[in-house]
Amino acid sequence: MTLLDTSGTLADFGQDTWWVILIKVLLVFVVCVVLTLFNIWWERRVVARMQHRIGPNVHGPFGLLQSLADGVKLALKEDLTPTNADKVVFVTAPVLAVIPAFVTFSVIPFGPVVDFFGQRTPLQLTDLPVAVLFVMAIASIGIYGIVLGGWASGSTYSLLGGLRSSAQMISYEVAMGLALVGVFVYSGSLSTSAIVAAQGDLWFGLVLMPSFLIYAISMVGETNRAPFDLPEAEGELVGGFHTEYSSLKFALFFLAEYVNMATVSAIATTLFLGGWHVPFWIDHVWAGANEGYWPVLWFFGKLFAFIWIFIWLRGSLPRLRYDQFMALGWKRLIPLSLVWICIVATVRVVALENGFDPRWLAVPSVLFTIGMVGYLLSGPKAPVLPVFEAQGAFPTPAMPAGGAVRGAAAPLTFPASIPATRSIEEAS
Amino acid sequence: MTATFVVTAPLMILAALGILVVRKAVHAALLLAVVMINLAFVYASLDAPFLFAVQIIVYTGAVLMLFLFVLMLVGVDVSDEVTESIRGHKVASLLMGLILAVIVLAMIGQLSLGTMKGLATANAGGNLEALANLLFSRYVVAFEATSALLITAAVGAMVLAHRERTEPRSTQAELARERVRAYGESGLHLGPLPAPGTLARHNAVDTPALLPDGSHAKQSIPAGLHGHPKNGTAIEANHD
Repeated sequence: MTLLDTSGTLADFGQDTWWVILIKVLLVFVVCVVLTLFNIWWERRVVARMQHRIGPNVHGPFGLLQSLADGVKLALKEDLTPTNADKVVFVTAPVLAVIPAFVTFSVIPFGPVVDFFGQRTPLQLTDLPVAVLFVMAIASIGIYGIVLGGWASGSTYSLLGGLRSSAQMISYEVAMGLALVGVFVYSGSLSTSAIVAAQGDLWFGLVLMPSFLIYAISMVGETNRAPFDLPEAEGELVGGFHTEYSSLKFALFFLAEYVNMATVSAIATTLFLGGWHVPFWIDHVWAGANEGYWPVLWFFGKLFAFIWIFIWLRGSLPRLRYDQFMALGWKRLIPLSLVWICIVATVRVVALENGFDPRWLAVPSVLFTIGMVGYLLSGPKAPVLPVFEAQGAFPTPAMPAGGAVRGAAAPLTFPASIPATRSIEEAS
Repeated sequence: MTATFVVTAPLMILAALGILVVRKAVHAALLLAVVMINLAFVYASLDAPFLFAVQIIVYTGAVLMLFLFVLMLVGVDVSDEVTESIRGHKVASLLMGLILAVIVLAMIGQLSLGTMKGLATANAGGNLEALANLLFSRYVVAFEATSALLITAAVGAMVLAHRERTEPRSTQAELARERVRAYGESGLHLGPLPAPGTLARHNAVDTPALLPDGSHAKQSIPAGLHGHPKNGTAIEANHD
């Protein structure tokens, strides 16, 4: 890559003047809030289309202001605190949920080093040598909001939601962390800007495709989105952890969910889809594509692609049963990522010592992905049940010969001996 | 470094004292989380970014979350038992506490306050890289032995908690057949329990449904509400 010099290193950070930092902080906050308003509208529109409805289209152009109106309405509602609630924790929980969601965005690179009102600065609030670990640490604090909110409400539904959330978090954080290990080993860095810089000509989404898939699955689990929305399963737990919440406190949980969705999408973009780099090697044709403010556009394009997948999943998949969800995490994703890390580490060592191009990892990556997807889709076979058994005293209707029909029924055929339908004239 | 310490140290001490004072176990766990997060900030200010992240991920994120998981299973309103469950453990813990206090005091007595030393050499070439170099060369045996110990502990806990299934788990079809058989033999009601009489005359869920002869269907009230101190009398009072 010829443009690596604008990609930035850790030395670029911590040099900003105070007003640049202030503007960046404000921008990160505004971007998160506006993204939330937009994503709620977008989700409602897309899910509506998937269900042959229209969705919000009245307030503002294309109904874009609908979520703003809903937010104001939510804030003006009565704020209820249940008698059984643990007051202090009940109030702290939504705040604990929403703040980490915003904080994570501080290490996301939106673009390269640019000219920012006359100052040269990277389009990223800050970076750490352990930025990705920092993201995981902050995410683990965010879950406290959900768990404590469930506990403090003093309601069984909420408690069950909180319990599920903590178990889910512990299980899927492991799979997520193992998926990230592949990225660390391959790129040799934990800082987001360096990881983006390492993806100049080949995205980790291809070289480390199994890690990417495992991360993509566990990020849906981490954000409590369908089909993994067990902590708030409205069919089983009313609203799960937020059953007892109302008004602004509920709005905070809602905000946290949508900001988290954007956050994990941004991380997936940064780690696996080349961050702000232009897709499809366009920079070889148009060199300016990775310079200035253009990369912001590519970044948000990739981010919205992930959000769209979130919406698509919600529109099409039913919720998993709890034991299936846990089995997927512990018995499939974690062992698979362990095996994959061994492969990545081996290739990496061989590449480092023998001067072998590490990008050849793309070959085992694709092969492993094919095997992995096959394994994940195979699933346990449905048990073969005995078809008919006399059931004692209880009168049961006679079963069709050969047992009940399982699966698609055979097309109906009529024996020729049935007399043809007579017309009314014939009948009279 | 000093500014961070001045802010976090009092917070940590207050939270740590709070752990001793608060009545609910969950509150104690929360205050422990405050201590740990502040400790992480101290690590960050000491130029140990890796330890900062790992402190939060491992202790706050995983260990304390497991604590919370267990505590929440205990229930919301339960406060600690004050009766002695192990004989003589108060005396023993007092003794141990005294020994610990003596050791800590002896150590503090020998302490001389100064700034951090040798950090620049330790962090040369990056904190993360330096740490990895040490862990995987000089301390590799200790590192591997610790992980072996942890895995043994985890496997041991699983073995202790594991219960071998002696008969196959009954499937949905078998359960249904069992229900039908019970109905055929003893007339046990086949369907779900009757719904409460909510909204017939009151809008409370503890309103029993009425049977055709006008008497109360006791089974229509959720089992939890039967003996509930708030509702036990209400059920009788509400419904003639």
